[in-house]
Amino acid sequence: MADTTKKNPLVRISKRSDIKGWKAMGIRAIAFVIALLIVGVVSTATVGGDIIKIYTTLFIGNLMTQRTVWALLESIAFLLLVSLAVTPAFKMRFWNIGAEGQTLMGVLGAAMIVNYLGGKIPEPALLLLMFATSIIFAAVWAVVPALFKAYFNTNETLFTLMMNYVAIQLVKFFIQAWSGKGNTGSKDFNYGYLPKIGGNEYLLGILIVVVITVLVTIYLKRSKHGYELSVVGESENTARYIGINVKAVIIRTMILSGVLCGVLGFILFGKSANLYETAAGGRGFTAILVSWLAKFNPIYMVGTSSLVAFLQSGAKRAGDLYSAGKFFTDLTVGIFFFCIIASEFFINYTVKFRKKTQKIISEVAIEEKVEEVNE
Amino acid sequence: MFTALITEAFRFTAIYLFGSTGETLTEKSGNLNLGIPGIMCFGATGAVIGEYVYELAIGGDVSKMQAFPAIVIPLLFCMLFAGALGAFYCLLTVTLRCNQNVTGLTITTFGVGVLSYFKGVLGTRATFAKASLFFTDGLDFADKLGWIGKVFLSHGFMIYLAIAISLLVAFVLKKTRTGLSLQAVGENPATADAAGISVTTNKYVATVLGSMIAGFGGVFYIFDYLGGVIPNDIEAFGWLAIAIVIFSVWRPNLGILASFLFATLYLLKSYVAPYLSGIEQAELIKMIPYVVTILVLIVTSIVNKKETQPPASLGLSYFREER
Repeated sequence: MADTTKKNPLVRISKRSDIKGWKAMGIRAIAFVIALLIVGVVSTATVGGDIIKIYTTLFIGNLMTQRTVWALLESIAFLLLVSLAVTPAFKMRFWNIGAEGQTLMGVLGAAMIVNYLGGKIPEPALLLLMFATSIIFAAVWAVVPALFKAYFNTNETLFTLMMNYVAIQLVKFFIQAWSGKGNTGSKDFNYGYLPKIGGNEYLLGILIVVVITVLVTIYLKRSKHGYELSVVGESENTARYIGINVKAVIIRTMILSGVLCGVLGFILFGKSANLYETAAGGRGFTAILVSWLAKFNPIYMVGTSSLVAFLQSGAKRAGDLYSAGKFFTDLTVGIFFFCIIASEFFINYTVKFRKKTQKIISEVAIEEKVEEVNE
Repeated sequence: MFTALITEAFRFTAIYLFGSTGETLTEKSGNLNLGIPGIMCFGATGAVIGEYVYELAIGGDVSKMQAFPAIVIPLLFCMLFAGALGAFYCLLTVTLRCNQNVTGLTITTFGVGVLSYFKGVLGTRATFAKASLFFTDGLDFADKLGWIGKVFLSHGFMIYLAIAISLLVAFVLKKTRTGLSLQAVGENPATADAAGISVTTNKYVATVLGSMIAGFGGVFYIFDYLGGVIPNDIEAFGWLAIAIVIFSVWRPNLGILASFLFATLYLLKSYVAPYLSGIEQAELIKMIPYVVTILVLIVTSIVNKKETQPPASLGLSYFREER
């Protein structure tokens, strides 16, 4: 007879859905502290930096002056906007990782209007046209993968990923084409600046994002469209059965994603009137994390985007202390992301270890039965 | 000019081929590892550290360097680093069941950051020009064989290693039980699990090996192609490697041709530059690989043949209790 005393597995993992809010926050806090420790160890081991200085810069660096606080608020707002853009698609389980390219196309759209019409038409009309073109460009970039997904079930993750790089090359092409020989990767314009509210260059962008956050929340939670897309996300067959036009939902939702990215592209261009290939700044990728961490809930997303943006800009300031500069940022942010991602596991699942001399009673009974039969 | 282009492209195939073979192996297990650009960077970081350690060990006297340790030490370090990051990806996505896209993109951010960071920390202190000579050293008789020898045989060993690995992976995937089990895991983990194939083991092994292979791409770029300079554009090649996986419809042997094509397209811009009316057209040439990849993606989804589809469970975490 083969080994009948089968052991329970050493570790058992089971799903849980009833975790208390304070406990979940506790797990996240622990992950955060662990990340801080790792960052400390890594930075002292490699550059031998002063650990206290790194920590204080990481946290207080953002809050030193009024200007840095505004800049922080703005980067939170921008990250939140892209996160809001990708969220409806994610709820539908359409993995749009092309927000980077869609935003960049928005920037390109605004730049295109300024390049050809800047100074020739009145400023308000110029801004209006820029806004419209930004939205159209970004929406087109988003809707193309959606069309193919809807009609041919083309893999949207890979499609949207590739569209990012097409967008980057397109922007590089226009930078070169508009600025002529001897150019190094960016094109400045003299028109197309966003108006400043009361002399504050950050406020308008932030206000736009606040309004959009409210609108997207209502759209997702209170509108028929929002309900339909979450049904499609849960089960396409159910959606079809109750008469939802799945193709239309996919296309419509991706247009919305594109439009929101286009708005950000317009704001980004309007801040500096400058076209460069990294204008989207990696936000399209970071937004995926932000949106996922917030469980696709726009309200939570305000929190997650604040956390991520705070870390990013804090890490950037800490990196500026050393020659490693910007790269310290990526390293630090990466470590924090890993810890936060891993903590989500401990929130969604429980881990039970095997007890030492434990044998489950029913199993003992079965074994006795087996032995009786054998005899 | 044409021979020169083909010669250089053949050599440059290696970076794409290592990356795409590694990613194909990984994706066959159902793991869409978008961290591959980061893993290539991280593997390259390992190799740089390994070479640096070796140079320190012989007292910094580069004239004492010997071929075998100068090649093997960085490669081992690369496998260690890239493999570790691949294992970490598995820990998060397979064991801890996190979202694959989120994890992969974070790994890319991290890996790219680490390489750039070490470029800052190490870059000025260590030179790898001498070590690089061991990598680029070709066969002695290559020049005597006319143009064929020059185009195909005059390179360092890494391109041949890349081709050998991709043929081996193609063979294992198609002809062996191990490979078929792996593909079963990627297509339908629940069925594979029921058939007694360990989903977790397969995913870990495929991803870790795939990461090591991809890491070699970074090593090739630094030690062979660039002659020992630490770059900051490996990430772009990593994304193209993912494009090649699609382009080659998840077949590593087709990946050789696809990588050669992509390498040619990448190098083409500097060869045709004199004939272009403006430098902006070069940017359009660089766009071709991505556009072509999208077209392949579209065509294969329209034709919808089983052989050309992505592994069915690509990008999804498997949890036995969730049916």
